[in-house]
Amino acid sequence: MNKRAMRDVFLEELYQRMLIDKNIFFVCADFGSPVLDKIQADIPGRFINVGIAEQNLINVSVGMALEGYTVYAYAIAPFITMRCYEQIRVGVSVLSQVRPMNINIIGVGAGVSYTVSGPTHHCLEDLSIMNTLPNIDIFSPSDCSLVKSYFDYTVSFKHPKYIRFDAQPISDIEAEGFSSDGYRVVNEGDGESVLVSTGYMTHTALEIIKKKNVTLVDIYLVNSFDKNSLFQKLSSFNKILVLEEGIANKGGLVSEIHELFQDSEKNPKVKGIGFSKEYHFDVGSRAEVHSCAKIGFDNIIEILSN
Amino acid sequence: MDYEYLKEKSKFVRVETLKIHQRVAETRVASSLSPIEIVVSLYYGGIIKFDPKDRFSDSRDRFIISKGHGSICMYPLLADLGFFDVSELENACKKGSFLGGIPDPVIPGYETVNGSLGHGPGVASGMAVALKSLNKKENVVVLTGDGELNEGSVWEAVMFASHHKLDNLTIIVDNNKTSMLNRSEQIVNLSPLSSRFEAFGWDTFEVQDGHSVQEVHSVLDKRIPERSGKPKVIIVNTVKGKGVPFLEKHHLCHILSVGSESIDEIIKDLE
Repeated sequence: MNKRAMRDVFLEELYQRMLIDKNIFFVCADFGSPVLDKIQADIPGRFINVGIAEQNLINVSVGMALEGYTVYAYAIAPFITMRCYEQIRVGVSVLSQVRPMNINIIGVGAGVSYTVSGPTHHCLEDLSIMNTLPNIDIFSPSDCSLVKSYFDYTVSFKHPKYIRFDAQPISDIEAEGFSSDGYRVVNEGDGESVLVSTGYMTHTALEIIKKKNVTLVDIYLVNSFDKNSLFQKLSSFNKILVLEEGIANKGGLVSEIHELFQDSEKNPKVKGIGFSKEYHFDVGSRAEVHSCAKIGFDNIIEILSN
Repeated sequence: MDYEYLKEKSKFVRVETLKIHQRVAETRVASSLSPIEIVVSLYYGGIIKFDPKDRFSDSRDRFIISKGHGSICMYPLLADLGFFDVSELENACKKGSFLGGIPDPVIPGYETVNGSLGHGPGVASGMAVALKSLNKKENVVVLTGDGELNEGSVWEAVMFASHHKLDNLTIIVDNNKTSMLNRSEQIVNLSPLSSRFEAFGWDTFEVQDGHSVQEVHSVLDKRIPERSGKPKVIIVNTVKGKGVPFLEKHHLCHILSVGSESIDEIIKDLE
């Protein structure tokens, strides 16, 4: 199947929209893509490269968003979240509660998608730390068709968003596109277990369901999915395995699923599968890094079988 | 300009700022006393365009107070100008009041979040880019402290603003030369400050006596509207704790409170 990079699909949509919508600005921290070259060449007045300065990237974007522009702030995922976390907290999370703004913070390189680059470029903490900030929706897509169908929402929903993209080209999944429910059922299984995943881990889960006929739910609005709807979907299962390519059980998707059931009489066993609290210097393919971290295909099969 | 009027307003703001501190000892009073002639010149001296009845009017100048904790002096000023009722001053830091110890944007008249240092210049740069893009003539003005210039994010914005020729942007440095734990030169010495901004491509101006409304107003009034193709910084030399001799002399004045009875004496002397 043809593989595409999520960022390129998103930026192509953005490029087409920027040609007709003069209310959009693109601001980046010296991080590129071939599609960006087109934006820079054809719409230079609304393309700003702040240089290698993520704190300023966020602050400038906030200033522009306060003046009414729809702003897309773009950089590598660990840097646009952690290098400037306080700028996001103050300028976006706190301020947007008082003054509305449409700011879309785009991080490329979720999880260990920059596999061989090591811990500085791995992004294992973003789901946890961004999820703890009020007033920011998190979009964590698993394929390009979802990205494409989400784009219009970034323009129309005038609210801060954190959009995390995998860095590698990725295959499309046979499933429905974006809806405000925030999740989609990729496979209806016949057992008592359900896999709940986000981002790249949904592709690992797709391999799993070839061996085990379990239900697979792909979540892309990590903290703003329809809670009632997802509760109804998951509450019939006894065992919920939550897969995230981040540090598990520390505030990301696993925590969201735990929270879903905290006030319920239903008491399914929720197990988080993700990285433990350590960094990974292991060099190798993504599958090899996952295997080292015990979140690979074989590890999950084993967990499902027990 | 009627400088006697500005002097009177400065005295009013200083007295009322001390009264707030008298009621709420934890408010940062020393750093709120140093920029008084600056903000009085801006607001009462016709430099800043504002509309208390339409606080986010498109035609307002954008004023970001980056040194948020040191701007309690804005409370009486904003109340006096009609942004909110004067009676609110009595309630500062009490349950139900929007006037906290460090100002938030829930206070009418404040544009952004101000408690955390080093954010103002970057956000203001974004506003300045946006206003230029919209062909708007309004000014963007940021008030910072000199200690605040230690934050790296300030210099990211300084580099950005000159590259983009943001001549609608002005930083006013309340150069009171005192940080939290010592005089600024003993912590990270930025002297000569104007040379540093010049090296980054900014127009620089200096006000020697930041407590002379005549000097402050004349420089701000002339420079802020200028469009030279460069952003500008106006370094206003002030005294931290101005008006309270005990604070003026103390290198720890940032974190010191003034006793309630002393404030009565100070106010009497000021009047």
